[in-house]
Amino acid sequence: MELIGIIIVAIFVNNVVFSQFLGICPFLGVSKKVDTAIGMGIAVMFVLTISTIVTYLLQKGILEQFNLEYLQTITFILVIAALVQMVEIVLKKTSPALYEALGVYLPLITTNCVILGVAILVIQKEYNLLESVIYAVATAIGYALALIIFSSIREQLALTKLPKSMQGIPIALITAGIIAMAFMGFSGIDQVFN
Amino acid sequence: MNKNLKVLINGVIKENPIFVLLLGMCPTLATTSSAINGMSMGLATMFVLICSNAVISMLKNVIPDMVRIPAFIVVIATFVTVIEMLMNAYVPALAESLGIFLPLIVVNCIVLGRAEAFAAKNSVVSSIFDGIGMGLGFTLSLTLLGSVRELLGTGTIFSVNIYPEEYGSLLFILAPGAFIVLGYLISIFNNIQSKRQNN
Amino acid sequence: MFLSLSIICLTVAVLLAQVNKLTAEPIAVAKAMKLQNAIGDVVPDFDNNPIEEAYLMPDGRGDSLLVYPAKKGDEIVGYAINSNAAGFGGNIQIMVGFDIEDKVVNYAILQHAETPGLGSKMDVWFNDTTKPSQSIIGRNLAEGALSVTNDGGTVDAITASTITSRAFLDAVNKAYAAYTQSNEDANTGATESEADDENIITEEDEITEEEISNE
Repeated sequence: MELIGIIIVAIFVNNVVFSQFLGICPFLGVSKKVDTAIGMGIAVMFVLTISTIVTYLLQKGILEQFNLEYLQTITFILVIAALVQMVEIVLKKTSPALYEALGVYLPLITTNCVILGVAILVIQKEYNLLESVIYAVATAIGYALALIIFSSIREQLALTKLPKSMQGIPIALITAGIIAMAFMGFSGIDQVFN
Repeated sequence: MNKNLKVLINGVIKENPIFVLLLGMCPTLATTSSAINGMSMGLATMFVLICSNAVISMLKNVIPDMVRIPAFIVVIATFVTVIEMLMNAYVPALAESLGIFLPLIVVNCIVLGRAEAFAAKNSVVSSIFDGIGMGLGFTLSLTLLGSVRELLGTGTIFSVNIYPEEYGSLLFILAPGAFIVLGYLISIFNNIQSKRQNN
Repeated sequence: MFLSLSIICLTVAVLLAQVNKLTAEPIAVAKAMKLQNAIGDVVPDFDNNPIEEAYLMPDGRGDSLLVYPAKKGDEIVGYAINSNAAGFGGNIQIMVGFDIEDKVVNYAILQHAETPGLGSKMDVWFNDTTKPSQSIIGRNLAEGALSVTNDGGTVDAITASTITSRAFLDAVNKAYAAYTQSNEDANTGATESEADDENIITEEDEITEEEISNE
């Protein structure tokens, strides 16, 4: 029951984009078309799940054992950067089809703050490994959902006549604000699971 | 000196990181629920920018090109950790309200972007000026956004009352308000820029 | 190539270790100050060190809360209790202070993630003594647990934040459960009469847990 609560909260109530403001840059960057939005969503899910497991084990196994918690930020970001590189290399060798689909998004992911954000958040929230993984996957689903909703709207928006100063990012941000308002309607539904 | 001043002004107006380059959106949206929060986030980022720009331009000839990016990340992460510890020690309430966005300065595209685009190619002094300029542009933008949101939301700026709180619209303090106010501010900035170009 | 990267990492590690050493104490002091201020705000004047004398007490729902006893001389003047509940946006952690007559002295919010401008108002809502229908200051919990008026209780909920208000009062009620235990233990400790102790034990308390916390 608690796990379902974590999933619902991470996808809807505390949506990464619309309520936690993580990963906004790629969110604005790759959400012009639905296809790229789906690709980015899957790539984030892939890397986020792996990186959360690795950083979690690192935190519990090494940093906390030797009282090195203050090195958290620096270790996590290095591990994530290295991991993204490794995923890229492994995918290239083992699954060219998957690499072709996700390859272009991978370099962008290192500086996507969702990855580092979730790695730090699961430690702060004192989740165990299973909860952390579930939280990571649910967050990624929430991210993909946000990207897909948003890109479908932006495809329409591109055809709309707008004042010149509103075109592009400004209207995208205002649209995101309205969607965020809609997502606020979800707040509190996790109470059902408590 | 003249050139350095130009670099500084460039960061504040011509290449304003938020309104023109559109970099570092996450902390911009997340930490501007009040003017003071926005300003402190800006100042923390400015500290990291200046230090990392200075160190990276000092080391630019020592670091092999192959490991450039990891080396930059290490330098940036170090200064982020330093400011994190300092804030936790001396302004714990502020550190708490910035929360996770304090360590996330590491992945703020402005910092790595300036290291790569400016500090790795220019002298130490002008890199420091670039850091100050960019940091100032970031801080001013965040303070402006925070002030507008705080004013519309609770009728105050820096906790100074402008009009009664009851007339404020809470929405602007919450997540949707962040997106909407930033959208309008960028559009106003665009408008001013294009008018100036026409003249 | 790897040499230069290793040198950078090593320098950085040494530097950070130094900064960590420098700031470790101020950080610990700042944390302790926050706790100390919260305790000082919520109980009557005291002259002991409640943080050193803190102990765990069952809250009657299978969990334990930290209790900070406030003493003047050897007399107990009140208890500050670190309580929590699941709010609207996440966990709410509060410090509630009681005097020795079951009355709420004051409270302080330690941590919360409630909606700014709505639920976050709880830091001033429930201690506004000019509005007795919403203030919990001076309420006697021996007369019954607190609940919001929507649920038939006597406390006005924060406008548009009933869930936060419920959670807040729930935390206060939990703290009171731990309080009654502490108060009884203190009394029995003074009189050493076990019969009295048995009589006042409330139905929620579990004797095994109580024994553990006595040690």
